Amino acid sequence: MAYYSVNNLNKSFGDVQILKNINFSIEEGEVLSIIGRSGCGKTTLLRSLNYLETIDDGEVYLKDELLHSNSFPKKESDIIKKRIHYGLVFQSFNLFPQYTVYGNIELPLKLMEEKRKKENLPSILTKPINEEIIDLLTKIGLENKKDFYPNQLSGGQSQRVAIARAMALKPDILCFDEPTSALDPELTDEVLKVILELKEKYHLTMIIVTHEMSFAKKISDKVLFMDNGEVVEYGTPKEVFNSKNERTRAFLKSYITLE
Amino acid sequence: MEQFISITLELLSGLASSVFLFLFTLLISLPLGLITCFATMSKFKPLSWLSQGVVLVLRGTPLMLQIFVIFYVPGLLFGFQWPSLSTGNVWFDSTFSTRFIAALVAFSINYAAYFSEIFRGGIISIPKGQFEAGAVLGMNKKEIFFKVILLQMVKRIVPPIGNEIITLVKDTSLANVIAVTELMFRAQQQLNKGLIWPIFYAGLFYFLFNALVTYLLKLTERKLEYIKV
Repeated sequence: MAYYSVNNLNKSFGDVQILKNINFSIEEGEVLSIIGRSGCGKTTLLRSLNYLETIDDGEVYLKDELLHSNSFPKKESDIIKKRIHYGLVFQSFNLFPQYTVYGNIELPLKLMEEKRKKENLPSILTKPINEEIIDLLTKIGLENKKDFYPNQLSGGQSQRVAIARAMALKPDILCFDEPTSALDPELTDEVLKVILELKEKYHLTMIIVTHEMSFAKKISDKVLFMDNGEVVEYGTPKEVFNSKNERTRAFLKSYITLE
Repeated sequence: MEQFISITLELLSGLASSVFLFLFTLLISLPLGLITCFATMSKFKPLSWLSQGVVLVLRGTPLMLQIFVIFYVPGLLFGFQWPSLSTGNVWFDSTFSTRFIAALVAFSINYAAYFSEIFRGGIISIPKGQFEAGAVLGMNKKEIFFKVILLQMVKRIVPPIGNEIITLVKDTSLANVIAVTELMFRAQQQLNKGLIWPIFYAGLFYFLFNALVTYLLKLTERKLEYIKV
């Protein structure tokens, strides 16, 4: 059984089916990239996995724990328990402007610790909270910016902080929703480099929705190409980028001519 | 000169009434406005409709009329008398009279209605991503509101809330329609004795009061400057 598997996921907005029978699985430490045109459903897929959208049908397993089924948990605390298996990095960072870099990471950690204490659950910290936060900031190379406010950071730095924050609760799967789409071209590299390091140094399991084809080729163990809400191609980067499938080729061609 | 001093003292005691009315109204209507705002934004439709209906009535009818209604109607219908509270304060009227309490209730619910809509505007102006970022970081709704949204909302609504607060300073004079012994009531007593100038003198009091309020609002804005949304 795979580490993480998505089985027959379906979702509609009204009459329009956005996700049609999505299936994929990844092993621990693997990176999956999801590619496809704007509007193909890749962001909706990621948002559904993170409980920002409901699903109509399907099952998602992490090891043997059922994370999603068509019965969406009613109680907020139940959703929270499932959703913190994931971390999500947004396209537009969504840092909290009233907190410093340090505070942005401290807030979710502190609140989670409080909640867990109330329910007599073990702490997720392995060392004092301030060391934990500095560690995260070191991983993204911004420990010297810990007292800065988000508006004092560049876009690339903001996104790196958002990555550190998404890792704070030690998610099993770190998700990225077009992490460099809101950045100037000269700032994308520093973010991609950090993500690559997370794979190479820390072996994080990641799902990345991206338009950066060469990056996807380089970092991914598996690539999933979506078109019109369905999985057209799913395999190793080699398989997908050398595909004979017409739809895949047409999509990839539009990028190759640009690059 | 003696007359000037005695009238000044007279007006100052009226001002004390006005200030208390102002402060207590804020103290009650700000949280009440937030609760009303939550009710309006509730996904439970009947509650939202009820709240919207109440706000419609409170914003749609004159505050002066509401003061009358709140002071007289409970008595006429149910024989209910608003309580009075003894403060033992010699400087102030020594009691919060039944009239004062009734006026306070009217002001509080009226301003809560206005505040609730300002709060609602503030909340819906916060980008959805802030709520979602809080959610994916394992926060519940309460934590998201109080730890993430509230301060950003406050920053955005200081100017419109300031408008209302400044209006409230002057609106306290409406309490004199049920003979609350506030500043305008005191000035009018002099008018009835044939003295015109105390009414302008009272105007100066309101103006200085609002100058102070304006200064405090500016200070608040400056305090929140570090948040760039």
